[in-house]
Amino acid sequence: MQVKGEYKPLIVAFCCNWCSYAGADLAGNNRLNYPDNVKIIKVPCSCRVNPMFVLRAFQRGADGVILCGCHPGDCHYTSGNYYTRRRMALLFSMLNYLGIEKERTRVEWVSAAEGAKFAATMNEFTEAVAALGENKRLEDLRCKK
Amino acid sequence: MQKVTGELLINKALELLDNGTVNRVLGWKRGEFAYDMTPAVFADAEELKNNFVFNDFCGANFSKYLIAETRKEGKVLVFLKPCDSYSFNQLLTEHRFDREKVYAVGIPCEGMVDISKVKKAAGDGILDIVCENDGLVVKTLYDTDKVIDCKEVLAERCVSCKSRKCVAYDELLGENGDVLDSSRFDEVEKLEKMTEDERYAFWQNELSRCIRCNACRDVCPACTCEKCVFDNPDSGVENKAVSDSFEEKMFHIIRAFHVAGRCTDCGECSRVCPQHIPLHLLNRKFIKDINEFYGDYQAGAEVGSRAPLVNYTVDDLEPSEAVQKGDADNA
Amino acid sequence: MRKCSIQALDTVFETIAEAAVLYLPVDGDNGASYKKWEKGTVMSNALNTVRSPKDFFFPQSENLMEFRTSGKTIEVIDKREEKEDFVVFGVRACDVKSFDILDRVFLNEPCDSYYADRREHGTIVSMACTRPVETCFCQTFGIDASNPAGDLSCWKTETDVYFQANTEKGEKLLAAIAGVTEESDDTAVKAQQEKTREIMKKLPLADLTTEGFGAGKTAELFNAPEWKELSQSCLGCGTCTFVCPTCQCYDIKDFKTGKGVIRFRCWDSCMYSDFTKMAHGNPRLSQLERFRQRFMHKLVYYPENNDGVYSCVGCGRCLAKCPISMNIVKVMRTIGGKADE
Repeated sequence: MQVKGEYKPLIVAFCCNWCSYAGADLAGNNRLNYPDNVKIIKVPCSCRVNPMFVLRAFQRGADGVILCGCHPGDCHYTSGNYYTRRRMALLFSMLNYLGIEKERTRVEWVSAAEGAKFAATMNEFTEAVAALGENKRLEDLRCKK
Repeated sequence: MQKVTGELLINKALELLDNGTVNRVLGWKRGEFAYDMTPAVFADAEELKNNFVFNDFCGANFSKYLIAETRKEGKVLVFLKPCDSYSFNQLLTEHRFDREKVYAVGIPCEGMVDISKVKKAAGDGILDIVCENDGLVVKTLYDTDKVIDCKEVLAERCVSCKSRKCVAYDELLGENGDVLDSSRFDEVEKLEKMTEDERYAFWQNELSRCIRCNACRDVCPACTCEKCVFDNPDSGVENKAVSDSFEEKMFHIIRAFHVAGRCTDCGECSRVCPQHIPLHLLNRKFIKDINEFYGDYQAGAEVGSRAPLVNYTVDDLEPSEAVQKGDADNA
Repeated sequence: MRKCSIQALDTVFETIAEAAVLYLPVDGDNGASYKKWEKGTVMSNALNTVRSPKDFFFPQSENLMEFRTSGKTIEVIDKREEKEDFVVFGVRACDVKSFDILDRVFLNEPCDSYYADRREHGTIVSMACTRPVETCFCQTFGIDASNPAGDLSCWKTETDVYFQANTEKGEKLLAAIAGVTEESDDTAVKAQQEKTREIMKKLPLADLTTEGFGAGKTAELFNAPEWKELSQSCLGCGTCTFVCPTCQCYDIKDFKTGKGVIRFRCWDSCMYSDFTKMAHGNPRLSQLERFRQRFMHKLVYYPENNDGVYSCVGCGRCLAKCPISMNIVKVMRTIGGKADE
């Protein structure tokens, strides 16, 4: 349980409709705990996530952004997550090149059967982001007040 | 000092105009001073003879102009320096203009001069610059004439030139050069070796100077969207001014990302930046990462190659591994 | 006229900074820019700052107001902050003149209170030029680089700095630094002005005139065939407008913060595709029209509405910064020259 006033990072999780969102559902059905400050955004496929989505999540107050999709090879659309993998590899590498902490971004493959992995991933990611503290390097002050 | 002279190019242009191969010529037009050439379309032989120039200050890359030019009547003559020819191929790969409506003449390039470096070396008030052998004789208002070695004042992109080989042309003037073993990733490596904090401070300092004039985007031969997302009021990100430091980061990350895998590293973005922001360091980071993660790839080296971001292999590395690899400080 | 030695200039800065925030041009790796004075700050001798000083009165982006909703009520919050007095030191003659041009736009009825507020709190200390460069053409617009206006005019020689107050604000500032300065005649200043004027005559753009432009020329110039050729290689970027000290067009936009809406004003550029976009769409669809707008505004429309005053001061920033080296001088040479024939 979070104590009131304690810092809670805001996590945005983009989850693909076919695997990862179902994985999150399974985590819920199985009563597995993961932090309530993880906000899930359902996308048709992980490759729907445009780099701009990631940046805007940070702009609007996210402290960490995670993308979840089907395991490589299992994409509902055959190859969407392969593109995601390349795009996010380059984007996250670039963000780190600009000095944004690399622990704030992550891609994780979660299948519909992996409710436990979903919960564990979210717990672990939230903890890693919490250790970094608030997102200062990609914040928009106008959205903070 | 360029190996081909303006005269040679004029004669070639006159010949092609005369025999009807083309009906106009894309070239550099003489300005008010010795260094301010403007890209122009010449349709008239007299105008060509009087105002066409080619010298060490003709940095402008004409490839992007071909998108608009090939929509007009008749064939246009374009002169392509080696770096321009890579952009030319890349645009062809993306079907951005009609190859049939262009007559391309490849020209060798010895590197272009950065006028701000000349101003620093020779002093204020430049009245005239004459190219002599490998030097520039600079006449100024306040100082005696100075002779500057061209190599000392080359633009950054020419110091770390990646290739002197024209990769696209119908005809070549002079001899073709080779792909060079370039030092263009040295600066990127230096940044990778810094800590996150140092890198953040470096980019914060550079990007905070941005005035959002969009020159880097508008000059870029890879930026050819009919309507840019940053010009679209419905996108939610359209903005003409840096209202928050986030905006400048967003703009530059997205700009560089959108040309990742398509950027030929022609260096026009850094050339035109009024605030001298080293934008090429963003593009080159992507190029370097692509080379390291997915194998060497040079955009525009040939027509029709599949860009790395519209391609994949089943055993590509994971984003977390990529970030580790790209961050030499922690590797 | 009063003077102090070059060495005493730091004391002058210190004295000014006691009563107001002091800004002055400071050299950087990529040209000079205005910075807040702190102990040890060295004033740049550069001719021009990369960005013009118009930011002090008309910033590139400024929050006007904020809206917050709760239930069915909207709260409107004025974002204006209490301004403090400030002094801008070392403004060149061309840039000083640009404030007059901005004043005519923003201080005319209806007066722009955001601008007026800043103007009221700011004092301009100008600095005479001694080393104009090839891109300078302020004389075309009747500006004397060796005799700059401003609240307080300033001349810097090898050994001394001379001050001459032109307005009440200038008198006040001069009185504040009276302890560090002494009474002086203007021999040295006159000599320097003479020298600068001689150099001005030798500049490559010294022969540029405004002939062919001005009030009443709209019909003649609007459809000139030369616009096509002049604008054909324009990239449509905003560099010229954003480094220009007199470009005064702006856009007002809303930014949704998630908690409310911030209404802000930012510089606009006539080179941009969404410039003056209205409900029906955009009135200038081609780059030719947008390019023409910039120069017609500066050389025809503005003088027509402002007693013949041109909206260009010849600072030369756009000449130095345009990615394709197309600029107002080339436009004036091409179209103005034609009028002479």
